[in-house]
Amino acid sequence: MLLGPALAVSAILFSLGVAGVLLRRNAIIIFMCVELMLNAANLAFVALAQQLGPDGQVIVFFVMAVAAAEAAVGLAIVLAIYRHKQTLDIQNLNLLRG
Amino acid sequence: MFWLFAALAVGGALMCITRRSPVASALWLVQTLFSLAAIFVLLDAQFIAALQVMVYAGAIMVLFLFVIMLLNLGRGSATDMRGWTGRLVALALGLLLVTELWVLVRSPLASPLQLPAGTLSRVAQEQGVVAVISDSLFRTYLVPFEVTSVLLLAAIVGAVVLAKRRL
Repeated sequence: MLLGPALAVSAILFSLGVAGVLLRRNAIIIFMCVELMLNAANLAFVALAQQLGPDGQVIVFFVMAVAAAEAAVGLAIVLAIYRHKQTLDIQNLNLLRG
Repeated sequence: MFWLFAALAVGGALMCITRRSPVASALWLVQTLFSLAAIFVLLDAQFIAALQVMVYAGAIMVLFLFVIMLLNLGRGSATDMRGWTGRLVALALGLLLVTELWVLVRSPLASPLQLPAGTLSRVAQEQGVVAVISDSLFRTYLVPFEVTSVLLLAAIVGAVVLAKRRL
């Protein structure tokens, strides 16, 4: 059974995604790290679906639909930010700081 | 076989978060997504693997590359990594998360929940790979399925409104 190793790989990928979000300042790369975290969660779902029945794979289907919607809206926001500020460095996006 | 693709996925993720140029980052992420699709096949989820290749590696990453090239971010400018304190914080939090998840992974699954080994592949062989998913998708999860279509419609409208210069 591959359950243990698959969950371990999922944990490592999720942590790498979190580290990437904390490490980078480019908004697009932060988005890609969020996608990486979603994929790690998908891997956990699929690995557990092997033990608990195929419903886990249906959840992965929904996660993919939500990820596609999130990518479309997120990239539109990135475009709007770039048009507004001419940069994607999130250190320059401090309008809420007052 | 599993470990080969696991190593490819983790290596791709590592390169993705350390490359300077966003295009290189995106391409390494594509490698991770493909390796994950291979792992899905090994875990008896062939349909999900096909979806992974089409939706993630096909559609979403092309969208990312489009935006990167539209904004002309291709040439790696000055690094956008945080300074050393930021790096140490990211490393420490990442390691903390890994250990927490590791403890969770180590704890065993409650035995009444588990199917006997090989059940999923047997069911898939009897009913077909897609039928296993579609059966519960269109019966048990019909309402979430319809809600997802509304969500996608909202996302389409939202993306157009946000990206348009003026309405």
